[in-house]
Amino acid sequence: MSNNFMKLEFASRSENESFARVAVASFVSQLDPTLNELTDIKTVISEAVTNAIIHGYDGNPDGIVTITCEIEDETVHISVEDNGRGISDLEQARQPLYTTKPELERSGMGFTIMENFMDRLEVETEPGRGTSIRMTKRIETKKALYN
Amino acid sequence: MSLQIDLHYERNMLIVRLSGELDHHTAELVKERMEEALTRPTVTHVILSLEHLHFMDSSGLGVILGRYKQVVAKGGRMVVCSVSPAVYRLFEMSGLFKILTIEENERRAVSSLEVVS
Repeated sequence: MSNNFMKLEFASRSENESFARVAVASFVSQLDPTLNELTDIKTVISEAVTNAIIHGYDGNPDGIVTITCEIEDETVHISVEDNGRGISDLEQARQPLYTTKPELERSGMGFTIMENFMDRLEVETEPGRGTSIRMTKRIETKKALYN
Repeated sequence: MSLQIDLHYERNMLIVRLSGELDHHTAELVKERMEEALTRPTVTHVILSLEHLHFMDSSGLGVILGRYKQVVAKGGRMVVCSVSPAVYRLFEMSGLFKILTIEENERRAVSSLEVVS
């Protein structure tokens, strides 16, 4: 039997950030996560989608952001993808407090938050082609209840 | 609107109560409203009350840091109060808690500023 999954595609508009995190949190809810785990997931979705909108598409509302979410036992695999400009220096982008857009009051904490809140984070990016962020988190609640 | 911004003026203090969700989409509105309020000559200090803020991400950190700089440039202080554990964790991660004064509730925030002003 294949794993349960869902896929979302939406316009790169900031008003969709809230929709994206609620939709993912609602899908993940079937694993009985704690409130803290859900907050972590909502936060990382917000970070990844905001990055796609601000940096990937440079604020252009006509881009498409794709989120896929797959559940494998107690683990959730999430990917957030855009077909935007890509990240030219990934190592620098992942540094805490580093931002290419200080004039927009960006804190430069997006990647640090994603790394801290998830168990694993992989970034694939190609200048001019887009960025894909893949994250994994094991939901601990079920283990605590049934083992 | 997923974020409500309530501005309240008390002596030389601006009290900003945020309820709802502070993300990239709503941060712009917080910036606009607070920037404008901070141009009032009577406003020196700012209290940011987050009791009813249910969600915040790094865009919130950015807009808070931006207003902190604006308040300090005016010679005032910024106090953040009623911070949830989730928001506090973001303050810790970003180092923001080192420069912000954090108080338990609005009453304490007001009295901490009355001491300095």
